Amino acid sequence: MIEAMQFEFMRNALIAGLLASIICGIMGTFVVVNRIVFLSGGIAHAAYGGIGLAFYFGWPFLLGTIGFSLASAMVMAAITLTAKHRADSIIGVIWALGMAFGIILMDLTPGYNVDLMSYLFGSILSVPRSDLWIMVGLGFLITALVAIYYQNLLAMSYDEEFARIRGVPVKTLYFLLIGMLAVAIVLVIQVVGLILVIALLTIPPLIMEKYAKSLFQMMIGSSLAGSLFTIIGLWLSYTCNLTSGASIIMVSGIAYFISLLINRILIIFKTRYKPDAGKIENSSSHSL
Amino acid sequence: MNPPIVEIKNISFAYNGQPVLQDVNLDIRQGDFIAMIGPNGGGKTTLLKLILGLLKPNRGTIRVMNEATQKASHHIGYVPQNVNINQNFPITAMDVVMMGKLDPRRRWKRPTASDHQDAMAVIDRMEMAPFANRKIAELSGGQRQRIFIARALVTQPQLLLLDEPTASIDTKGQTDFYKLLRELNKDITILVVSHDLLVVSTYAKSMACMNRRLHYHNQNEITGDMLKSMYACTVEEICPVELITQGQSSSQVANE
Repeated sequence: MIEAMQFEFMRNALIAGLLASIICGIMGTFVVVNRIVFLSGGIAHAAYGGIGLAFYFGWPFLLGTIGFSLASAMVMAAITLTAKHRADSIIGVIWALGMAFGIILMDLTPGYNVDLMSYLFGSILSVPRSDLWIMVGLGFLITALVAIYYQNLLAMSYDEEFARIRGVPVKTLYFLLIGMLAVAIVLVIQVVGLILVIALLTIPPLIMEKYAKSLFQMMIGSSLAGSLFTIIGLWLSYTCNLTSGASIIMVSGIAYFISLLINRILIIFKTRYKPDAGKIENSSSHSL
Repeated sequence: MNPPIVEIKNISFAYNGQPVLQDVNLDIRQGDFIAMIGPNGGGKTTLLKLILGLLKPNRGTIRVMNEATQKASHHIGYVPQNVNINQNFPITAMDVVMMGKLDPRRRWKRPTASDHQDAMAVIDRMEMAPFANRKIAELSGGQRQRIFIARALVTQPQLLLLDEPTASIDTKGQTDFYKLLRELNKDITILVVSHDLLVVSTYAKSMACMNRRLHYHNQNEITGDMLKSMYACTVEEICPVELITQGQSSSQVANE
């Protein structure tokens, strides 16, 4: 891995992966606790419509894609708020429609054909330096917004009704959250691909949820775990000549199942060697 | 008579065209301890949400502390029926209680040291101090319920609304719980939704039977008259078997 770092593209890949891990660690925490993984998948897939639009009309890539994704994300957010029981179906429709729209626009664009695989798994090994700076900027923006609205986002995520009673502007916050999510997803997709975004958004926070005592701990833990998976995945991809995005996801997936196994063992251990009932300290709460 | 904290006048409410509440009138007076009973789907939770301003009535008016409901909701402490199905949510008991410190008048302020002291004092009052820094997932149903009451109390409410608070507590815990409510009732007006007629009749000052329409009884014990009207209120509307059998068996007990 060290000798690989002499290559500019490997350094960029590592930095891109780490930045994606941090952004996904923060946003993924909200995705997991608010149970909007499906909505995130919808945003990520519908973004393809934006990519098609940008290519067809020759718009700047980011402008077209972010604009389209924000619009479709807002529609999905509005549906989630007003028609909860139908939300997943309608998100499914927008998900498929966005992708189909993008592919047809690509067909209609003369002389240009984008490889769908590079969109699905990204091209982390060919990330240009300029994209890294955009990710740094976005990372700061997301961190700042989350820090400012932390108490309110926490209250909304935990108990929406109570938050409303305490005067938290739940609707506005929800649109803000989904908007941030849409921008984050688009920027990270561009670098690591749509499959890896979903994996980084869900797997590290899911592992950390059990150990963290606050959303803040969950965000830090998820960012660190995601970074670790990215480093190991990139190393595997370099040494064994494997697809980088898929390697990172495999590492994350295996880590998730190991964490499930560890939890099982901890539960068995606790019930078998239960000390004085009043004094049980939950071992999981200390591992972070 | 004390002045009413909540004035409900002729409200009706429908979900998707399905009437849930019809011509409901109720004055909640300062110091009252109302137990609200009624069948599932009878509109009990809906009425609480209307009082809190989470829902708006189709007809009629609700005034809380002489203000519109949405403006006055911070005067009310609410203990909902099920808080977040996601039991794994990464949050400590303390942080749940701290949510009660969110202030609608100062929306973006950071929690202060005195906020933490207030929260700790309420947690201590609920005898939950040793558990303050535990994750909410590690607490038992009864302990969690105490934390949700602490969250409602830390808002220093005029009125406490509880929606089936003893559903996840065992019988011994329920008695303790209602004793605690009686203690709290010295300062705070209480409206509690419950299915347990006996417990409720021991501790409540008055009763409200909710089944699309509302019947209010300003009495603190179960009497033959009251049972009859309660019985009547379930029969004239669509009545569930559960409450009829409950009503019959208790009226037999009462007649003996």
